[in-house]
Amino acid sequence: MIGLRAAGVRFGERWIFRRLDFAPDAGRCVAVLGPNGRGKTTLIRSLLGFLALNEGDRSAPPVVGYVPQASAATVSYRARDVVTMGRVARRGLFATPSRDDRDAADRALTRVGLSALARQRFDLLSGGERQLVLLARALATDAGVLILDEPASALDLRNQDRFLGVVDRLKAEGRHTIVFSTHLPQHASAVADDALMLYGAEDHIFGPVGKVLNEDNLGRLYGIPVRIVEVEAAAGGRMVSGVIPVFGASVPA
Amino acid sequence: MSAPASIAVDKGGRRYDGELLWLVVFAVLLGAAMLGGICLGRLSIAPSQVFDSITRWAGGASAETLEERIVLLVRAPRVLMGALAGMGLAMAGAALQGLFRNPLVSPDILGITAGAAFGGALAILLGESSMVLIGSAFAFGVLALLLVGFISRVDGRSDTMTVVLAGVVVAAMFTALVSFVQFVADPDSTLPAIVAWLMGSFASITWFRVGIATLPIVIGALGLMLLRFRINLLSLGEDEARSFGIRVERERWILFLLVALISGGVVSVSGIVGWVGLVIPHAARLLVGPDHRILVPASGLLGGAYMVAIDTVARNATAAEIPLGVLTAAIGAPIFAILLRRMYYTESRR
Repeated sequence: MIGLRAAGVRFGERWIFRRLDFAPDAGRCVAVLGPNGRGKTTLIRSLLGFLALNEGDRSAPPVVGYVPQASAATVSYRARDVVTMGRVARRGLFATPSRDDRDAADRALTRVGLSALARQRFDLLSGGERQLVLLARALATDAGVLILDEPASALDLRNQDRFLGVVDRLKAEGRHTIVFSTHLPQHASAVADDALMLYGAEDHIFGPVGKVLNEDNLGRLYGIPVRIVEVEAAAGGRMVSGVIPVFGASVPA
Repeated sequence: MSAPASIAVDKGGRRYDGELLWLVVFAVLLGAAMLGGICLGRLSIAPSQVFDSITRWAGGASAETLEERIVLLVRAPRVLMGALAGMGLAMAGAALQGLFRNPLVSPDILGITAGAAFGGALAILLGESSMVLIGSAFAFGVLALLLVGFISRVDGRSDTMTVVLAGVVVAAMFTALVSFVQFVADPDSTLPAIVAWLMGSFASITWFRVGIATLPIVIGALGLMLLRFRINLLSLGEDEARSFGIRVERERWILFLLVALISGGVVSVSGIVGWVGLVIPHAARLLVGPDHRILVPASGLLGGAYMVAIDTVARNATAAEIPLGVLTAAIGAPIFAILLRRMYYTESRR
């Protein structure tokens, strides 16, 4: 299972985070929250093993499904080929995609609702579609752990909903442990079970969303007042909680 | 190098079809170019006579008539060398462009060519035999690659950008050394020989030299063929490739070594033949798309055909032979400029 124990990473003299214990339970969906520069991406990269820890330990399964903020791939591969690649890599140096891999890629694309786009060129898809293809690629690796680095940050509301909807369905299936970072506490409240909040290098809390995602903690995290309201999703419908940042406090009038 | 330049190619539609057909077309082109290369020359020989000579030779007979000697001892090794060199350089270029995710990369970028150039020039300066020239060119090419590896390795790992910059540094150093060798060379004897060799030519190719160059080029090319899907994976960038469990750095160096084998082998027998590794993969990518499973062999076939055709032109266009490197640059650079403009034009219109 994925996790960090007494972990620390520093750049030069400055510790980005330290004495961090983070071990999500299997099958949980965890949001990583923190202001810019507080180390969300550093934490994600350490979890993935891209960045060596300066102290502490990391444990991780051999293959972790990874969804970057935006793919570095600007190459005009087809969407299905991009998804296939995640499967083939670990079968060895000379492996090439088999019919099995292509079928698995198509199933993964279906799970994210993009089966119709399998033959489209990846670089010509919209930003939201590209993120979903990358999620499909992570699923196609059959990894039990998915790590998503601000996967929905650059998306519009409709595409945020599409992406989070897929994450929510994966969560409901319960076969994946999901860790994602985001600037938007609303995303945490919409799909996450737990939240890791990064206040400072040695100051972090990790707990169930219902407990830690409150006005005090969020206000302290971002340095501005935050209100949480309960509203009906539709007239008479289920209740959803909205996280509302109270803008205007940072710059005195 | 600027932002990871996209090597996307707009094909009008959104599907890649008919790539295999292109492979057949390129193979036919290669065959035609090789046959043309053997037939054409100061003494033109009919294709039927060429086939006769080759079948007789394959049957164990040795070359007897003047035509047979020209076909079997002069043009056949030369055409074969051209095909091997063009194939190897183009495949190496395709691999590197994928690896660096940058269409402006070619085998020259790792400093290998400059290193090999120095090795060859040094051997000529010291008046050594052609055997030593080949060995020295190859050894300095590999040394250049090792230097790049050493310089770019910081904290036990090297990233793509550092490797490119280290390649530029090493190339600059060896280029300066080549200039120094030319400076101290005898202007009446060794200097012209060095200059002629540096401009690139297949003029002094013999079966013996073909034999020597074949081994590294074929090993390198076979390696690239076996790893061509791996190049797709590595072309996604370090983080994504690593998340699939790939040991990115190790595999990148395997590919660099294969490229060094190819370009060391080519430079050692034919001098500096530039631009092929840059232009041909581009042209091939326009036609067959970016998937290295097809792109690597397509580049190889097209590169071989191109090189043989250019060499035939170099032999026949004027009374004296035009240096090959001059022609490949004179043709390659404008083609590259056109491709580049077209590529950025389609991108900016997206």
